[in-house]
Amino acid sequence: MTGPVRWPRALRADTGPGRVVPPSGFTVRLTLLTAGAMAVLAVFALAASLAADRVADRWAEALARTATVRVAAPEGQLEAQVAAALEVLRTTPGVASARRLTQEEEQALLTPWLGPDLPLDALPMPALIEVTEAPGGIDAAGLSARLAGEAPGAVFDDHTRWRAPLVAAAARLRALGLIALALIGGATAAMVALATQAALAANARVIATLRLVGARDAWIARAFVRRFTLRAAAGALAGTAAGMAAVGVLPMGEVDGFLGDLAFQGAEWLWPLAIPPAAAVVAFAATRLAAFRVLGETR
Amino acid sequence: MIELKSVAYSYGGDAILEGVSLSLAPGSFHFLTGPSGAGKSTVLRLCYMELVPTSGNLSVFGKRAGDMTRDEIARARRRMGVVHQDCQFVDHLSVADNVALPLEVAGHDAGAQAGDLADLLAWVGLGARAQARPPELSGGERQRAALARAVIMSPEIVLADEPTGNVDWEMSLRLLKLLVELNRMGTSVLIATHDLALVRAAKAQVAARVLRIADRGVQLAGADL
Repeated sequence: MTGPVRWPRALRADTGPGRVVPPSGFTVRLTLLTAGAMAVLAVFALAASLAADRVADRWAEALARTATVRVAAPEGQLEAQVAAALEVLRTTPGVASARRLTQEEEQALLTPWLGPDLPLDALPMPALIEVTEAPGGIDAAGLSARLAGEAPGAVFDDHTRWRAPLVAAAARLRALGLIALALIGGATAAMVALATQAALAANARVIATLRLVGARDAWIARAFVRRFTLRAAAGALAGTAAGMAAVGVLPMGEVDGFLGDLAFQGAEWLWPLAIPPAAAVVAFAATRLAAFRVLGETR
Repeated sequence: MIELKSVAYSYGGDAILEGVSLSLAPGSFHFLTGPSGAGKSTVLRLCYMELVPTSGNLSVFGKRAGDMTRDEIARARRRMGVVHQDCQFVDHLSVADNVALPLEVAGHDAGAQAGDLADLLAWVGLGARAQARPPELSGGERQRAALARAVIMSPEIVLADEPTGNVDWEMSLRLLKLLVELNRMGTSVLIATHDLALVRAAKAQVAARVLRIADRGVQLAGADL
């Protein structure tokens, strides 16, 4: 059996009004654990939200910088129309480069749907030209008009219809992360308020004694607010450290896609440091509201 | 100082007090007697405004209690010293810290008044028990600590509910002597007790008015006391 936990002096709340609250109790431990667990979840939600942000930017940027010209023409005219389209692209402002995909590359694109043994030669396949845009962008309408004149089978696709839903999906992911953070904050506030109410009920005798000697509600509330705010901040600090450590050991860059981006990058590591002060502010407000409500019910 | 006019108090539909009129003037010494459950504690709790009269008028330090804000009630209590029936301490604080609580809640620097605190604890015979925790004290020591806490702010009135309820006769006389000394210094005293021997002992030392609770009302006690 171990002895009671010894808190650092700054967290002991044993100065001023705080010391009238009994130093231990399940409500204080509950606050500590709740704040810690919520901080871990907040770190994960923050990481997911920032990762969604990065993925959204990357998808948007990648799709925005590339475009495709698809050339579909009868047998015998395809090569001439491809050459004409490439010539149009070569002379179009805003086109950094244009390259026809090889047969192997086209096959690779179709493999996920049609399998690896696709006899591409036997199919009437359009030719695909990958276009990389210069930073100034391409006048899509002008290019489409020129292609229609020089290579009637060529269709310019600037990926707008692909990019929009991807960007929208990423924005929704980011919003979900923020909603999760708000819910975590609300749940923390509710738990701390409940713990405060339980602590006030458990310490009814202490409160009656303080009233007897002339303590104002604000003085009594301050005692509980200080205790619970410090404990919530301490729990959130520990939870944030644990959450950051967990995010830090994620296989960054070793996994493709969203999971590979989940770890914080660069200055993003500073964001989780806002969680303990935020938890303290939430706990302060929740404890104060709960304390005044409970104290107002009795004389 | 504290005045009750035709005050009634009911709890759960049962009348505890009816038509109680009582005036506690500065420097007065009152006993409130009656059997257990007669309503002595209720009168005291009305006086320090823990309870609200069902009807009638209660004024404390010249102001109607019903018109006071919560902060005003707290400030009025700082002008009173209350010895509660079961003493009521903060058990994890030392005796000295408990006695100094009224100073702390009033915003005074208890540390700066450490000398006065030590003198007060010595006055009630608890100088050597200053760092003990309340659960470590005997019944008599708890009563004396409660009395010390009640007077540390130099209150204008002391309200004591059965202050000798858990102590032997010798200790009862000692506590009574402390209250009489306070009264001689100008503090009003109201003691609720069912111990008539204590009342008789007090009347030999101080001009005390003895009130009796009977039939839910407060009357002046007869000459038999």
